[in-house]
Amino acid sequence: MEQLHWVRFRCQQLWAANHTQGWYSPPRPVSDKYSPQRSAGKRRTVLARWGPHQDEYHSISKAYKGNAIRTTKYSLLTFIPMNLFQQFHRAANLYFLFLALLNWVPVVEAFQKEITMIPLVLVLTVIAIKDALEDYRRYVFDKKINHNTTKVYCTKERDYIDCCWKDVHVGDFVRLSCNEIIPADMLLLHSSDPRGLCYIETANLDGETNLKQREVVSKMEEMEFVPEDFHWRIECENPNNNLCRFRGYMENPSGARVGLHNSNLLLRSCIIRNSEAVVGIVVYAGHETKAMMNNSGPRYKRSLLERQLNTDVLWCVLLLIVMCLTAAIGHGIWLKQLKNPIFEVGEETSPALAGFYVFWTMIIVLQVLIPISLYVSIEIVKLGQIYFIHNDVDLYNEHTDSRIQCRALNITEDLGQVQYVFSDKTGTLTENKMVFRRCSVYGVEYPHYDNGRRLEVYSADKEEAGRCSLTPRSSSRRKSLSCRSLSCNHSSVSLNTLTADSEEEEELSCTSQCRPSALAKEVVPDCELVTKLSWLCAPDLNVAHSCAKASSSLELAFITDFFLTLAICNSVVVSSPAQSLNVLPQAQTPLRSLEEIKLMFQRFNLSALPALPTLPPPLKSSLASKIFTQGKTGSFTVPKLAAEGCDQTPNPEHFSVNGVMDAPGEEEVPKLMFPEAAASEDAGAVEPEDTVLYEAESPDEAALVYASRAYHMTLKARSADSLQVELPTGGTVQVPLLHVLPFDSNRKRMSVVVRHPLTGQVVVYTKGADSVLMDLTRSPTGLQLAQNVYSHIRLQTQKHLDSYAREGLRTLCIATKTLEEEEYEVWLKTQLLAESSIENREELLLRSAQALETNLTLLGATGILDRLQEEVSETIEALQRADVKVWILTGDKQETAINIAFACKLLCPSDQLLTANCEDKESCAVLVQDFLHRVTCYVPDDSGTGSPSTGSPSTGSPTTGSPSTGSPSTGPPSTGPPSTGPPSTGPPSTGPPSRAGSVLVIDGHTLDWALQPELQGDFLELSKHCKAVICCRSTPLQKSQVVRLVRDKLKVMTLAVGDGANDVSMIQVADVGVGISGQEGMQAVMSSDFAISRFKHLRKLLLVHGHWCYTRLANMILYFIYKNVMYVNLLFWYQFFCGFSGNVMTNAWVLILFNLIFTSVPPLIYGVLDQDTPVDVLMAHPEFYQRTRTSKDYVSLMFWLNILDAFYQSLVCFFIPYFAYRDSDIGELSFGSPINSSALFIILLHQVVESHTLTWIHGLVFLLSAGSYFAFVLLLSVFCVTCSPPTNPLGVETMQMSQPAFYLVCILTTVTALLPRLMFLALKNSVTVRGAEQWSHSPSVRGSCPDVEPTGPVLS
Amino acid sequence: MASGYNAKEEDGHIGVVGLGGASLRGRKPENTAFKQQRLPAWQPILTAGSVLPAFFIIGLIFIPIGIGLYVTSNNIREFEIDYTGVEVSSPCYNCAQNFSWHSTTPCTCSIQFYLHQAYESNVFMYYGLSNFYQNHRRYVKSRDDSQLNGDISSLTKPSKECEPYANHDHKPIAPCGAIANSMFNDTLELFYIDPNGTRVPVALSSTGIAWWTDKHVKFRNPGGSTNLTAAFQGTVKPVNWRHPVYELDTDPENNGFINEDFIVWMRTAALPTFRKLYRVIQKKNNMAPTLPRGNYSLQVQYNFPVRSFEGRKRVILSTISWMGGKNPFLGIAYVTVGSVCFFLGVVLLFIHHKYGNRTNNADITN
Repeated sequence: MEQLHWVRFRCQQLWAANHTQGWYSPPRPVSDKYSPQRSAGKRRTVLARWGPHQDEYHSISKAYKGNAIRTTKYSLLTFIPMNLFQQFHRAANLYFLFLALLNWVPVVEAFQKEITMIPLVLVLTVIAIKDALEDYRRYVFDKKINHNTTKVYCTKERDYIDCCWKDVHVGDFVRLSCNEIIPADMLLLHSSDPRGLCYIETANLDGETNLKQREVVSKMEEMEFVPEDFHWRIECENPNNNLCRFRGYMENPSGARVGLHNSNLLLRSCIIRNSEAVVGIVVYAGHETKAMMNNSGPRYKRSLLERQLNTDVLWCVLLLIVMCLTAAIGHGIWLKQLKNPIFEVGEETSPALAGFYVFWTMIIVLQVLIPISLYVSIEIVKLGQIYFIHNDVDLYNEHTDSRIQCRALNITEDLGQVQYVFSDKTGTLTENKMVFRRCSVYGVEYPHYDNGRRLEVYSADKEEAGRCSLTPRSSSRRKSLSCRSLSCNHSSVSLNTLTADSEEEEELSCTSQCRPSALAKEVVPDCELVTKLSWLCAPDLNVAHSCAKASSSLELAFITDFFLTLAICNSVVVSSPAQSLNVLPQAQTPLRSLEEIKLMFQRFNLSALPALPTLPPPLKSSLASKIFTQGKTGSFTVPKLAAEGCDQTPNPEHFSVNGVMDAPGEEEVPKLMFPEAAASEDAGAVEPEDTVLYEAESPDEAALVYASRAYHMTLKARSADSLQVELPTGGTVQVPLLHVLPFDSNRKRMSVVVRHPLTGQVVVYTKGADSVLMDLTRSPTGLQLAQNVYSHIRLQTQKHLDSYAREGLRTLCIATKTLEEEEYEVWLKTQLLAESSIENREELLLRSAQALETNLTLLGATGILDRLQEEVSETIEALQRADVKVWILTGDKQETAINIAFACKLLCPSDQLLTANCEDKESCAVLVQDFLHRVTCYVPDDSGTGSPSTGSPSTGSPTTGSPSTGSPSTGPPSTGPPSTGPPSTGPPSTGPPSRAGSVLVIDGHTLDWALQPELQGDFLELSKHCKAVICCRSTPLQKSQVVRLVRDKLKVMTLAVGDGANDVSMIQVADVGVGISGQEGMQAVMSSDFAISRFKHLRKLLLVHGHWCYTRLANMILYFIYKNVMYVNLLFWYQFFCGFSGNVMTNAWVLILFNLIFTSVPPLIYGVLDQDTPVDVLMAHPEFYQRTRTSKDYVSLMFWLNILDAFYQSLVCFFIPYFAYRDSDIGELSFGSPINSSALFIILLHQVVESHTLTWIHGLVFLLSAGSYFAFVLLLSVFCVTCSPPTNPLGVETMQMSQPAFYLVCILTTVTALLPRLMFLALKNSVTVRGAEQWSHSPSVRGSCPDVEPTGPVLS
Repeated sequence: MASGYNAKEEDGHIGVVGLGGASLRGRKPENTAFKQQRLPAWQPILTAGSVLPAFFIIGLIFIPIGIGLYVTSNNIREFEIDYTGVEVSSPCYNCAQNFSWHSTTPCTCSIQFYLHQAYESNVFMYYGLSNFYQNHRRYVKSRDDSQLNGDISSLTKPSKECEPYANHDHKPIAPCGAIANSMFNDTLELFYIDPNGTRVPVALSSTGIAWWTDKHVKFRNPGGSTNLTAAFQGTVKPVNWRHPVYELDTDPENNGFINEDFIVWMRTAALPTFRKLYRVIQKKNNMAPTLPRGNYSLQVQYNFPVRSFEGRKRVILSTISWMGGKNPFLGIAYVTVGSVCFFLGVVLLFIHHKYGNRTNNADITN
């Protein structure tokens, strides 16, 4: 069983804690976020605002925040100082500031003072505008929210009056009607519902749309609620961000206390549903509400590329220093040679000092070399990249209407570097849409072949779905079902059933995603079980006898209890569109008929023995006729039909044969399978259960309830203290609900304590993980016969559980226990004590529950199918081809995990399976060593023939190969004794050599040992040699430990993907955390960097967007640095001709704006739009992903290549004009003009050469860039008479551009500068395109399984 | 009521800023070419095959251009005389030795030279200086454009940039600054020596040597050009100058700040070795060459010191073409680059021939 399944649901459970008891918190917290904080001494007291204690109210509540929210960072007045203050926390801005200040020192002044301020001012302005816009958006939103109105009680008016949200205070009474949003966290004090219930929808908070039940504070519902007389004093925790916990008590002046729980709290921003009016008292307001405290800002992570970039920037700094030093020394030497020249200005300074000054001047002049604006550009580029990811229609899920959410804004390029993917199983790889598949009761397995076939048909119909319209689907389905069943092979349940056709299914459920789909709702009952059950209400003895020869009355009691457990031991919310939720339909119990069954039950249960088929109750016929006369034909007909059907078909094979032979029988088959449908065809018989819907937090709960409904044990309604269940006999009984002991991850089970509707005894029904429950069940001490029976049941059930797990089903055990009244009384005391305590209630409740759940009687087990999401295997295959290692970290059983791994093609039949189950550290060490040896000696290419020599003597053993198609007789892949048989794949060398690898399967215990420091190394070494690793039965903590280990020790980029609360820690640890917004709320999404809705989206996200983002950003950064180095070097070369004096041949404005404006947009466009490889190629050839990623030295090698190229280009760009204008009457600026223009052309054309795609946007940007430059310099040369002293740009450009030499120089310079790169690229592409060609022509290289049928090792 | 209200957006933290504002339903991204990154794009894949033609074309275009430029440059007549007077044999040796900015008796020297070819078109007479760092940062800055533009206030109160050549004896210097102060002040005269031995002065035009924009827009005399002496009242001449600025020329259109020699000097040279236009010898109307071949004499009034920085002074006589003065570099460079391109084109052709068939069918990225 999955131990962690419960963990995952814990939070959702707590959400809707629809029980009067509190809840348990695990001693070891799942994550720090939810660690129970001891709140002793940290309490808040809340009094009614208009209540009797006015004075006290004001003194206490002063410190409490009002309900107005302000999420803005700045106000109008503080914006400029605060924003500036915040901005100067960035190193980049400080650098600019430093430069600007440096320019104020007269001796080193390079440009006019205002010019060096430009970059700083520009950057500050851009960011300030961005901040201001964001803040304004927040402000508008705040304002809107603050001015929402709600009804608040006012003493003067003695009524509830409209009031803005912002004017709501702690202690106010607020009245809300249906569909209103809750303005603040408040305690529910009154509800129009007679039982004091109210439902809230938390979609705004966590995205879950199912309703959560809330209840009025106990004892309050009894009295009439009058706000004036509310004199209770509320003590509760201080505000915290734990959505799932609320503790406190209410005390009235007489000292009586009432406990307060999460189920009494209405959370801000949830919506009231299904309740006409509710009144609550505000306990937390505004920023102190749980909803607000849970809002944290976007995540900030540093991407790997940015870290690499920092080293490159350091190189740039070094380069700058070298250049400045060169200039300083050069200037010193130059000055030394001169003797009082006439061009020397100013007083005599020593060459050394002058050199020192020049050093700083040069830093100002060459400041562009430090790509500070690069950081701003990177941010902008990432925003652009995220914009495109966000808008990708392929990452949009039609059914949930959700796009991908990019929550971390700055690690887009890390998506292109992932080497390890750690995936959760349930809900991530699988749908997390549970379908009841089969069950075992009383040690007898009910394989539900028809149900299985139905699931298969769903898969098979996937292809036809395109043609079939949806409306006639159900009828055609029924027909095809009956036809298909004829040819169906019972012996194998193919793993096809594991792969989902969610498309079709989701179309059915798209209207309400949380509602179980039709697939989950329809369960085809197993006819044998139906037969047995029908005996309960069989009209006469003959049928019962003929049908239920093998069944004993004890078995019948077991079956009844089994389904009763399925129906009531859960926390589902029953809703029906037809009738109001909160009105419990009056039970119409056919008392007399039930009494008979009651008698029967009492007899079975009290005596429990002898288990002999002795007693057919004599009154069956009368019971049946009673039902008949009450008009319950529908529900009666079915069992009867079923019984007949089973009469004809004693076993499934016969049944299908019969279907062919017997034409009239065929008409009955559908009816048998769809009893409800059949029944509803009966005119007049309106079946209420057709309209009943169940909303459960965990999908498998709903699946079980629907399963029990299929057997006509229908949960019809529930309230806080009772459940209404319709029995197969047609009667409806009230089941008094005494206690609910909800799930928690430690107990891994859930129990309900009820008074049995028939026997009146106190009964505990428990369902839970088999690993736990099997130990808690005991054979009742007593007669030998009973012992035998029970141990037989246990044995059989265990066998069935194992086989379920191998099939990939999720297993649950069902057990029960009858309590004596005295026993119950004793337990009740401890329980009440635990409930009423405040301090360590969780612990006490846990203990109390554990005390109750002992000596249970095992009833049976269920197997629930959780199908794979669509395209999971394709995605995993693509990831593996991209050389991304996929690990599955799951809490599931080993067998289940392996099966899922087969189904999603993570495992191939030809793979070597290394299973590690160790009891202690020593054996673990030995085993890991042994595996390591084996793996390193293992030659993958020989996998076909050579099998690993012998099985390991240790507990774990490698089992090579697994049965391929159609050989279900072969042993299970991992259980049992070490099998050393050769792989059962056919001829060893069929097709391409399947690069079979080793797959390590490790369980939670062994993982604990392997994660210890001494074994870490070996474990990692082993895992490096393995194609995949499957960690089963791992805890959330282990998951995060594994991720951390791999991330830190192997220094690789890790990605964790999961959907539930138990994946949160793993997602947070990984470099890239991906949350799947699925059935399990938003926990994972909230902590993730990227949130997707299907696993398959990972493929495009990584292979396409990751690849693009990485190459784009890497190329953009390289280009940016190239651009700066290239341009700055022009200025540097000039120093050799101006005595290293720090002069420039350009107007200072042009110089500064050249980088800031004229050439700033093209790199951005390059970084946002470039596509080095088209989508379809990236999707079809995941190997490209590998190529990008493995080129680690790519960045540093390319960095130096680019620097070199920049040096070359700047040399060309400077010296061609130099030689062309040498010894002429060229002026300073006239000389700079062709250099600048050439530099612009070179820089732009360099990008054209480097770009992989050029669209009209590129063209436009290039034109604008060049245009803006020429417009600027021309305007300057026409209008700038004295505007830019001391440079003298007037007439320079107009003069230059009127001369042909200018153009000749520009053309020559540009062409010469770009020649080498053009040549290099041409040569490179001519050679490397061959690589791409290889991929495009050879079949998939690695990772994928050879094309066997997707059916894995299926055992039934 | 407020059905669109969404706590996730409550404080704008969640989702992409500015992008998360879509309505709750119908969040399907627009399927436009831009948003789906499917804009029609040109994908330049630079392989040997595709670059090949470009190389040949560049080669084919550059080589003729280069040859043309080279020929043009070769057709330019240019003659250069160094008159620094470093060598003892030089006629100006004496003048160079005893130099003073303020010597009242001008030292004159005369250099004889022979032109082997006649100069047909307009001849430009340059003076050339070597190792003179007119592009020194502090030198370049040392000027006041407002003053030169005729601004009265700047005339009396020169900009700080001019320091230490802004004031002299507590009077503002006009024109201020180091550039003006170090203005080239040699006087050059050219004589054609007839075959019969008579010295015929060659007419040197001193106007039209500065840029039109400088002469008419940038440089202006204060208070118009009516009475320059009055206009410059209260200012002193630059330290090194022998005459005040209003005595640079007798022609009122070429005096004061708008003196063209001054303007030419004020446009600082880009490189330490430079030439500046001194005079233009206009072609006469008749068919006779501007400068016939024969003996010439250059008479230099030696004022400008270059020895302190080991500079050189030259006089250059040159005709010009459409592409400027004589400079074979561009032509040679064009021919070289063109040839290199052509050669690379051949290399690429070879590579294309070798890998061509592969690159063709591997064009999967298209």
